[in-house]
Amino acid sequence: MAGTPEKDAITGQHTTGHEWDGIRELNTPLPKWWVYVFWACVVFSVGYVVAYPAIPFTNSFSSGMLGYSSRAEVEVEMQQAALAHKDQIDAIAAKSLDEIAADPALRNYAMAGGQVVFKENCAPCHQSGGAGAFGFPTLADDEWIWGGTLDDIYTTLQHGIRWEGNADTRLSEMPAFGADGILEPAQIDAVANYVVSLASGAPQTGSDGAVLFEEQCAACHGFEGEGQTMLGAPALNNQLWLYAGDIEALKAQIYKPKHGVMPAWGGRLDDADIKQAAIYVHSLGGGQ
Amino acid sequence: MTQATTAYNAQSAATPYNEGVIRNFVIAAMFWGVVGFLAGDFIAWQLAFPALNLDLEWTTFGRLRPVHTSAVIFAFGGNILIGSSLYIVQRTCRTGLYGGAALGNFVFWGYQAFIVMAALGYVLGITQGKEYAEPEWFVDLWLTIVWVAYLTTFVGTLIKRREPHIYVANWFLLAFIVTIAMLHLGNNLAVPVSFGSAKSYQLYAGVQDAMTQWWYGHNAVGFFLTAGFLGMMYYFIPKRAERPVYSYRLSIVHFWALIFLYIWAGPHHLHYTALPDWTQTLGMVFSVMLWMPSWGGMINGIMTLSGAWEKLRTDPVMRFLVTSVAFYGMSTFEGPMMSVKAVNSLSHYTDWTVGHVHSGALGWVAFVSFGAMYYLFPVLWNRKQLYSMRLVSYHFWVATIGIVLYITAMWISGIMQGLMWRAYDELGFLQYSFIETVEAMHPYYVIRAVGGLLFVIGGLIMAYNMYRTIKGDVRTEQPYEAPEAVAGAQQ
Repeated sequence: MAGTPEKDAITGQHTTGHEWDGIRELNTPLPKWWVYVFWACVVFSVGYVVAYPAIPFTNSFSSGMLGYSSRAEVEVEMQQAALAHKDQIDAIAAKSLDEIAADPALRNYAMAGGQVVFKENCAPCHQSGGAGAFGFPTLADDEWIWGGTLDDIYTTLQHGIRWEGNADTRLSEMPAFGADGILEPAQIDAVANYVVSLASGAPQTGSDGAVLFEEQCAACHGFEGEGQTMLGAPALNNQLWLYAGDIEALKAQIYKPKHGVMPAWGGRLDDADIKQAAIYVHSLGGGQ
Repeated sequence: MTQATTAYNAQSAATPYNEGVIRNFVIAAMFWGVVGFLAGDFIAWQLAFPALNLDLEWTTFGRLRPVHTSAVIFAFGGNILIGSSLYIVQRTCRTGLYGGAALGNFVFWGYQAFIVMAALGYVLGITQGKEYAEPEWFVDLWLTIVWVAYLTTFVGTLIKRREPHIYVANWFLLAFIVTIAMLHLGNNLAVPVSFGSAKSYQLYAGVQDAMTQWWYGHNAVGFFLTAGFLGMMYYFIPKRAERPVYSYRLSIVHFWALIFLYIWAGPHHLHYTALPDWTQTLGMVFSVMLWMPSWGGMINGIMTLSGAWEKLRTDPVMRFLVTSVAFYGMSTFEGPMMSVKAVNSLSHYTDWTVGHVHSGALGWVAFVSFGAMYYLFPVLWNRKQLYSMRLVSYHFWVATIGIVLYITAMWISGIMQGLMWRAYDELGFLQYSFIETVEAMHPYYVIRAVGGLLFVIGGLIMAYNMYRTIKGDVRTEQPYEAPEAVAGAQQ
């Protein structure tokens, strides 16, 4: 309610004389520093508005004294980046993979660039450093399903694996021995058991499984289970598995196999990027 | 006690304030607060451990995140804001609510219906995909009706006031109500696919839609979370401190400066996007000029304690209120700084933004609300005192430590993230892939979730204290005494 201003004993300021629900207000002047900083912000803002694009007109806007444009800035930065990489990228585009690998400086560059390509495009499936995951081959070991030379890796990257729409994609298909009735369940058990023994390094030669393996599997996977990269048939004589290597997983794979798919990166990435990625993947530990 | 307040107290006994509806709002705020804090902490753990998405569409981060944001902003913040605004406007106008309990209760139940419809929609995937404005057209229409009723009861009460002047808190509260109505209508202009369909399409497209969205989004912060809660602050701090407001002149100047400047600042959410450069410039400079007008509220809040500083030791409720103003000051400096384009190019899209929002949301909005609620519990339920002041103090410390963990984790994580995104190696290649930045942030996500957990625990302590206060219990504990009172104390 309206009243007369009173002096507040603690601050020495007068109240406004108003009161609401027991709340009164002092009539303290604005703090000077507050006013000064506020005006400083206003002055800065006016200066910024003069210097940079700020005021809209009907069909255009003030371009500012500095002539700044964020689009122009990005374009310049993009051009500078392209220019900085131009020599190396041109050299990579012009040279064969073996030539690149033989030139230490260029190989070093391709390794760094390939790592960037790999992290952005390949790591989601093959994991950091090519560590691999269930169904996604490890790239850091020396077992290669489709071959581990620079050219093999390049071809796989370029055309993909079982990738529809790429005429040269890597293609192979293991028969569904169980689902298509090629083998009886007992025979599948026997073959799976033989593969387990083969992988352990002590194959049960002469067993039913061994006989079936020679008849049905060896044509692609090799008589010793050594695999065949031409056909994308993985080696079975070691403990490296694309899917799990226990007896149940093997039986499932023989009954009705899983077939992995990898995209064809040709057309999605520059040829120079694919070359760099091939150099990088080749270096991960298992390059042939 | 001055003559004026004595006269006022004699008056107040005869004034029929509508307090039932305020009690409802306070209970709802406590309930939704705990729900919203829990939802927030759960999604914080989801970010650290994605398996917690549970492989169910209803429990994925994408659907629970708007549940969290809407629960804390609109359900917790909204309920305590509407509730306390209706309390403040009655007390400072010395009259009951316009429209009485009937209109008040319509606003209350209508608002709860809005919250439930919105939250169910999010979980079921019904959303228009605009941040903080996710509810679809039919929920928006319902909220419009409720909001008009709210405006009516608030303005009606102001008009029939029995005080010659309108108290500063009410200026802020009215600015909040009117501007939110304008933002809500502007940003939700959409055409439903059909009246039988929940789906609608925005009237705007592309960058116009983005600009409208952030005009809305930033001013939801400015008018809902700032102006509204400043109104709350302007009542509860002088009331609790029993001191006059520091400066009437400052309150006028910073009020008008704040509401004039805030409305232009939205484009700073769209720096370095398709938004034209001139719009970005304006968004930035209005944000910079906003710094001091925002601080006017902090100065008035903190300086009101002149002559009552000892209350920080003896009154944990005061601690909540004053700490909230300190967090408000910090966030309203950080905000203008982050709106500067050079800073924004590092901070944008990183966790720094998340940390900034939470220093404002947890430190300012939630703390000032806690202070107001602890003030209101005994008043609204006619109890002599709170069940326990010690529990208020525990709540204060647990929640403060939680906030500090939260915002420091997000500062480190956000700045690290921004620096990793722009790091080049010596050959000119980007050094880190996106997933590597995510891996690097993991420990900070865990720390953040732990901070959030502390905040949830604080909320539970408060809910318990509220329950026992309403029951009329008083905890046997060492009381906080004012220094001069200690000598005279019998126990």
